Amino acid sequence: MPDATILAAALVNGATQGAIYALIALGLTLIYGVLHIINFAHGAALMAALYAVLLLFTGLGVDPYVALPIVTAGMFALGYALQRMVIGPASHGRDENILLVTLGVAILLENLALVAFKSDTRTIDTPYAFATVDVGGVLIAVPKLAALGGALAMTAALFWLIERTDLGRAIRAVAKERQGARLCGIDVEHVFALCYGIGLACVGAAACFLLPSYYVNPTVGGGFVLIAFTVVVLGGMGSFVGALVGGFVVGLAESLGGLAGITLGWGENMGQLGIFLVFIAVLLFRPQGLFGARG
Amino acid sequence: MGSRAPATGLGRDLAVVAAIATAILLLPLGTQSGAALHAVILTLLATVLGQGWNILGGFGGQFSFGNALFFGVGAYAAAVLQMRLGINAWIALPLAAAAGAAVGALVGALAFRYGLKGSYFALVTLAFAEVFRILANMLPFTGGGVGLMLPLDTRAAAMQFASRVGYLYLIGAFAVAGFLLHVWLRHSRFGAWLVAIRDNEAAAAALGVDAFRVKLAAIVLCGALTATSGLFYVQYLHYIDPNIAFGPAFSVEALLGPIVGGMGTVFGPLVGAIVLHALSESTRNLVADVPGVSLALYGAVLIVMVRYMPGGIMGLLRRR
Amino acid sequence: MVRRPRSSRRSFLKQSAALAAAGSPLGFPGLALAQPAPVKIAVIHPVTGPLAYSGQLCRLGARIAIDEINAAGGIKALGGAKLEPIYADAPSPQAGTAEVEKANEAGAAAVVGAYASAICLATTQAAAKHSLPHLVDVGVADQIVERGLTNVFRFGPGYRKTTSDAVKYLHTLNTLAGNRAKSVLIVHEESLFGTGTANLLSQELPKLGFEVKEVIKHANPTRDFANIVLRIKTVNPDIVIPANYYNEYALLVRTMRQQGVKPMAIFSVLGGAASSFKFVAEFPDIANGIIDVNHWYNPSSKAAAALRRKVEGMKDQYFTYEVFLNYESVYLLADALERAKSARRDAIIAALASSTWNGHFMPYGPTQFVNGQNAGAEPLTMQVRDKDIKVVLPSHLAQAAPVFPWKG
Repeated sequence: MPDATILAAALVNGATQGAIYALIALGLTLIYGVLHIINFAHGAALMAALYAVLLLFTGLGVDPYVALPIVTAGMFALGYALQRMVIGPASHGRDENILLVTLGVAILLENLALVAFKSDTRTIDTPYAFATVDVGGVLIAVPKLAALGGALAMTAALFWLIERTDLGRAIRAVAKERQGARLCGIDVEHVFALCYGIGLACVGAAACFLLPSYYVNPTVGGGFVLIAFTVVVLGGMGSFVGALVGGFVVGLAESLGGLAGITLGWGENMGQLGIFLVFIAVLLFRPQGLFGARG
Repeated sequence: MGSRAPATGLGRDLAVVAAIATAILLLPLGTQSGAALHAVILTLLATVLGQGWNILGGFGGQFSFGNALFFGVGAYAAAVLQMRLGINAWIALPLAAAAGAAVGALVGALAFRYGLKGSYFALVTLAFAEVFRILANMLPFTGGGVGLMLPLDTRAAAMQFASRVGYLYLIGAFAVAGFLLHVWLRHSRFGAWLVAIRDNEAAAAALGVDAFRVKLAAIVLCGALTATSGLFYVQYLHYIDPNIAFGPAFSVEALLGPIVGGMGTVFGPLVGAIVLHALSESTRNLVADVPGVSLALYGAVLIVMVRYMPGGIMGLLRRR
Repeated sequence: MVRRPRSSRRSFLKQSAALAAAGSPLGFPGLALAQPAPVKIAVIHPVTGPLAYSGQLCRLGARIAIDEINAAGGIKALGGAKLEPIYADAPSPQAGTAEVEKANEAGAAAVVGAYASAICLATTQAAAKHSLPHLVDVGVADQIVERGLTNVFRFGPGYRKTTSDAVKYLHTLNTLAGNRAKSVLIVHEESLFGTGTANLLSQELPKLGFEVKEVIKHANPTRDFANIVLRIKTVNPDIVIPANYYNEYALLVRTMRQQGVKPMAIFSVLGGAASSFKFVAEFPDIANGIIDVNHWYNPSSKAAAALRRKVEGMKDQYFTYEVFLNYESVYLLADALERAKSARRDAIIAALASSTWNGHFMPYGPTQFVNGQNAGAEPLTMQVRDKDIKVVLPSHLAQAAPVFPWKG
């Protein structure tokens, strides 16, 4: 049996890693909840945002956390344009077309990155990269603590945006009944593009919190897409609080499963097996997720 | 033949299948080029993968994002049966197909019993492929992450061929079987039920179609056919590991072909596979020297194709 | 018949070129044309997809060698024939097969590639169908040269040789330190390379008195190493042995630093930071002291030093084993062409099989191929010391004495 400190450390790791997953999943759940599309370009968008953070840091010396507003704004613009000019027109309202076009966007972005940045794995060396906070014998990395705070703040901001603003009301109207919203004079295409933009802006924020403790290369997004889907399903498609809680659940399942796997000698990937089994169980028995309302 | 099934066109469809089969048979007379034969073999492999997906996704409207599950099960079944149990490859073929069918039945029974549709069904297939990938990494009889390497034994009796022509005929036979399955779907009562469920499940159920059983049968057929493509991969390239078998590459390849070619059509998977291979080859030849440019171009063309050919290539042909 | 003169001139050219390519069977190489037919070489690597980083470095190494050979006057025995590279992208086994087939039809005399073991298995087999000589640049899986394919030659060591040497060197290190290390912990990635290495190590190390306390497998990519590092902390092994790819390796040792885990040594096998100038440049503090058993060049070689300067003079390029193994594989092929005096495939295969080439800067001695494996190929042990990489074992090649245990 692992002792209490190890268990506590695993819980903290799970929570901080879960915060990163939640950040990435927030954008995905918004896009899914409103546009009802499965965004296969999400991983590629994360990759693009990570490169933006990298370039700002190495080129202009902008700290990743300072870069947050710049990167989120840039990703919002990219997302708005993508939905308005590429995904929307090409989808023709058909699932299979959305699938293909988001896949096409992912292939395009990944390979443009390969051309532009080559295939090197790049990292940034910030002064706080190895700073830790000691909480009762558990060393918590400062960048991960920042991500935890970021995830909470982002969730609150999105929640406020959707629940308390006019834009949020329009988004909710479109999500619920797009024909009705159109009849009420809402520019549905504009709202779609806004949502996609906000979704990618979340990815931009995630990138700012991720890069100090991770790396970027053209295929980095692939490792997060499936996890993000899992989080979204777990939390309920379209639910921000769900994404946050789902992120923590997945992070903790991965961490504790990994710990169990290591302790039992089955390998760290036990944790990932745990995630997907939970994922399948949720899909089967509670497809609306933990926080989602069906429909 | 049910009254609702379109009786027309059966002869024409069979004639086209016969023509394709003849073309495959005669191809070696036209070219002995290893590169050309290999390109045709990969195209036919993509066709079989696409056919498997098309049964469930095209005819049945149930989009799978994880068809690598069936591909991988077929591949591992073939490799494990031959290498661990010493079973002949030709006997392993029906067993691999049966394994694919069984996994299809398992996933289908769970997913359809609980009424999963649309993106929920898509995600559950994806998750199953991941679970199998991780299991293949962990279990000892799969060789774990080291994978399985089928020893070279170039005898037709071991389903290995010194010449690419042997492999061409093998995958050609699987593809023709897939076409015949498609023709049957197009002209049978079962196929009509499947299409009815795709178009409106509630209405189909009201007419007395047992949606659960029909969808289950479709995923079983999809699993069996896709598994044969996995078996072929092992016989042809002799090495399989969890990432090749259950990774996203073959899941994507399975759905790209039929969607680009035309979902729910008999020849869409073939047309899609040909177009995508031609596209990838031509972009490769256009800009070979800078890594990434050709694939970026491929992605861009994919987007443009969806923009201007929303119904796939067969849809475009039909509109004219 | 108007076109006759032109076409006959062309066929004359073709014939002469064929003669030149066949190495002038009459024995008058001097009679060959001033412009002998170039020798086509297929250079096949995964330059897109997840392996693109390594694949592009491989291509770089081959490209430098080809350019140098051509600039120095090509293949002398073929009247100065130039090497004509056919660069091809093979991100998957089936793509590798396709590229070998195309190269075969384009008239390639040989193949160099294809970095990853799974891809090499496919390319060597496809090349065998056409008796096309295939130099395996990296591809460490031993099965690649053990399938009885007579067209396959691997210049560098496979992983059985590398891991058994790693065990030997670890033993030496420990003996020098008065046997202070008793226990090891192995962290490995889940595919062919990591798992195979871990299996061999956990068989061999106990025979030398090490207790293998734990073997931890992880996925590619692993997004977070905190749990694994916690486990290392609990188990508290004397030595941590990572066997994984660059990204995961870097994350692992960064997390170890973060969590204050400091074993007597980080001793890695194939692919560690101790063989990567990139890692050393990006994380000099963390890399310091790390030991690695890997492909490496003879440190006293001036040619290697010159090549290193050349590569480091290029933007964002590092001198890695991908670069120099491909560079030397091309030179090995050029040597075979010189001795074969022919670009015929069977002649090249015969020349490679009987090759005793010593013009390289690897610590292998003259080449000697036994069933396609260069018998003298062996890895070296390096340690990162003050932003540089120093060979520390075997002692006759060492640039510095190993520091073990490391007091970082």
